[in-house]
Amino acid sequence: MTEPVKNTLLFAIVGGLILLTGFTQSWNTAILILNMGLISAIMAIGVNLQWGFAGLFNVGVMGFVALGGLAVVLVSTPPTPGAWSAGGYGIVLALLLGAATVVAAVLVATRMPKGRAQTLAIIAILIVGFFVYRAVFDPSIAAVEAIDPAIAGNIGGLNLPVLLAWPAGGLLAAGAAWLIGKTALGLRSDYLAIATLGIAEIIIAVMKNEDWLARGVKNVYGIPRPAPVVGYEVDLQQDPGFIARADWLGLDPVTASTLSVKLGYSLLFMVVLLALLWMAQMALRSPWGRMMRAIRDNEVAAEAMGKDVTRRHLQIFVLGSAICGIAGAMMTTLDGQLTPSAYQPLRFTFLVWVMVIVGGSGNNFGAVLGAFLIWFLWVQVEPIGLWLMNLITTGMPDGSALKSHLIDSAAHMRLFTMGLILLLVLRFSPRGLIPEK
Amino acid sequence: MDFLNALVALSNFVLVPAIAYGSQLALGALGVTLIYGILRFSNFAHGDTMAFGAMIAVLVTWGLQAAGVSFGPLPTALLALPFAILGCIVLVLITDRLVYRFYREQKAKPVILVIVSMGVMFIMNGLVRFIIGPDDQRFSDGARFIVSARDFKAMTGLREGLAIKTSQGITVIVAVVAVALLFWFLNKTRTGKSMRAYSDNEDLALLSGINPERVVMITWIIVAALATTAGVLYGLDKSFKPFVYFQLLLPIFASAIVGGLGSPLGAIAGGFIIAFSEVTITYAWKKVLTYLAPEGLEPSGLVQFLSTDYKFAVSFVILLIVLLFKPTGLFKGKAV
Repeated sequence: MTEPVKNTLLFAIVGGLILLTGFTQSWNTAILILNMGLISAIMAIGVNLQWGFAGLFNVGVMGFVALGGLAVVLVSTPPTPGAWSAGGYGIVLALLLGAATVVAAVLVATRMPKGRAQTLAIIAILIVGFFVYRAVFDPSIAAVEAIDPAIAGNIGGLNLPVLLAWPAGGLLAAGAAWLIGKTALGLRSDYLAIATLGIAEIIIAVMKNEDWLARGVKNVYGIPRPAPVVGYEVDLQQDPGFIARADWLGLDPVTASTLSVKLGYSLLFMVVLLALLWMAQMALRSPWGRMMRAIRDNEVAAEAMGKDVTRRHLQIFVLGSAICGIAGAMMTTLDGQLTPSAYQPLRFTFLVWVMVIVGGSGNNFGAVLGAFLIWFLWVQVEPIGLWLMNLITTGMPDGSALKSHLIDSAAHMRLFTMGLILLLVLRFSPRGLIPEK
Repeated sequence: MDFLNALVALSNFVLVPAIAYGSQLALGALGVTLIYGILRFSNFAHGDTMAFGAMIAVLVTWGLQAAGVSFGPLPTALLALPFAILGCIVLVLITDRLVYRFYREQKAKPVILVIVSMGVMFIMNGLVRFIIGPDDQRFSDGARFIVSARDFKAMTGLREGLAIKTSQGITVIVAVVAVALLFWFLNKTRTGKSMRAYSDNEDLALLSGINPERVVMITWIIVAALATTAGVLYGLDKSFKPFVYFQLLLPIFASAIVGGLGSPLGAIAGGFIIAFSEVTITYAWKKVLTYLAPEGLEPSGLVQFLSTDYKFAVSFVILLIVLLFKPTGLFKGKAV
């Protein structure tokens, strides 16, 4: 079997699995799997760019995904009335002051001659800066959070179309990645991993606690939809033309409208995925992509050839993280709400890694395939596990403690299965389903 | 100015909790650092190894409690600890045999082993959730306090109370015993010396006839014992929740790296540095400062530098500072 035939077959199998879900379970579930699969595929392209192309070990994917979600709130929701005049400008001023403090400390650290005077100056700048920052910051956030805390209490957004939030999410993630990369990319792979793991936790902690930003754990609801493409169920159900078309398909208008909305999202996501996939493919084949792989395979040799390894690493780290940010923004748009407590590292960092490794690191199509396959399994392992547990426990008497425990625990088989798949692939097919050429 | 009350308040809210937390981190970081020294990779599954060990302790404790066995004023979990360690040893040895050994023989790159440990992390996490569920479990019993705040106030007549929980006292004692045993083993016994030799220079150690598989096996046994102890102590002190152990991974790694990966002494120092910074930076200093400040100059705010939710940020910032200025850690760790 030739390479393209095999790959097409693999994609067809995954597509068939999703179709099978539609026929046997429900089309709603199937399209949900498709939508989240598309988003996961974009995340996987981002991670593949960093790991597959450049060998960067980033386990902070969750943080960049969450920043994308934050961007959606900051761009597309309406501003809270009065928040900016109450404290918004104060917050911006405080953040600028904080940034100025850090910049001043860095300048002192690089420009002043080393010695006790330098250390004292840095400490003095940091302490004074911290207290000035808190003095401006604390009253401002208190003022913003006092505005209608039950439904607002945050500064709100810019009220722009939600589609603009997707590139904004990418930009926000890229900015954070630039900051992180500047400090942490010189480190060895293990250290970079721990550093990114920590950054992701900090980003989530900020999003949970800074209520003025996006309401923290009180969540933001009712994020506007990309309406012209997706539409709202209620509007569709009252559109006579839509009802007629639904009737022609043999569906009742309510089901048809939910399906239509979801398919609208699928269409949008597919466009983004194809665009990013095309770009990643072009990058992989370009001289730039070859240089990246050369750096990955032998840093010393690449450096000897005059390649600036640190800058290239920073570049690809920022690019990959931006893609994860875009995916995060898309996901929050799909959910229609931002829930900071829903970001779990196992789900948003390590699962994406499983997708990339299983699909084939270094190969964009592999990453996309892995994303669809692993997401499908992530969703379907639960019902399969329940079925399996019911099968195992059929012989046991009803009401026995073991039986009910086994059936209750079926939901936790997900993580176990993902780990098993990862280990099996690493052992028996370490280059993944579609290996790098 | 009331120096004595300030000191007692400081001990009660900062020193005692930080010492207990530091001991738990140090035990965890010792495990990470040993794996790094001998097997040469960062073990992402360490937090979940701790959770697994602690889970067995919880189950055995429940069994003992049901059988009516108790340990007097001490928590029954201490009786369960040896069983838990045994269970955890079995698990990590099976994992090593089925998973890690293959890559060792292949001489795979360390980063591959890290990814493999991610897979192991998933499996262990799944196992723990499967067996005991994702919820909070309390399993501490026995006397709750060695010294309670009320007794302390009655004893000394001070306005501030000092409470020392049994779990905190036990944590420190068990940690000291465990560390003493470990250092005796590493420095005095033949096997311990062969382990250090293997960690320093693998090729030389192989040439002098050290059996690598044996060294690796003993490392796993020690790591399982340390991880279980750390997990049980943390669970007794706070409560047992599988997800929390996963989150401990960050401060534990920070401790090991700050001390210098591969250096046992560094792991202990790192554990206490991280614990003390976390507690002092997230503690509201108002009370202590009110006692210390001269009349009329008491602070009006909480004097809390960061809210407790940002404790990850503390370990992370310390980690970054150390990595940027002294990449091998305080105690000269190794770099692969």
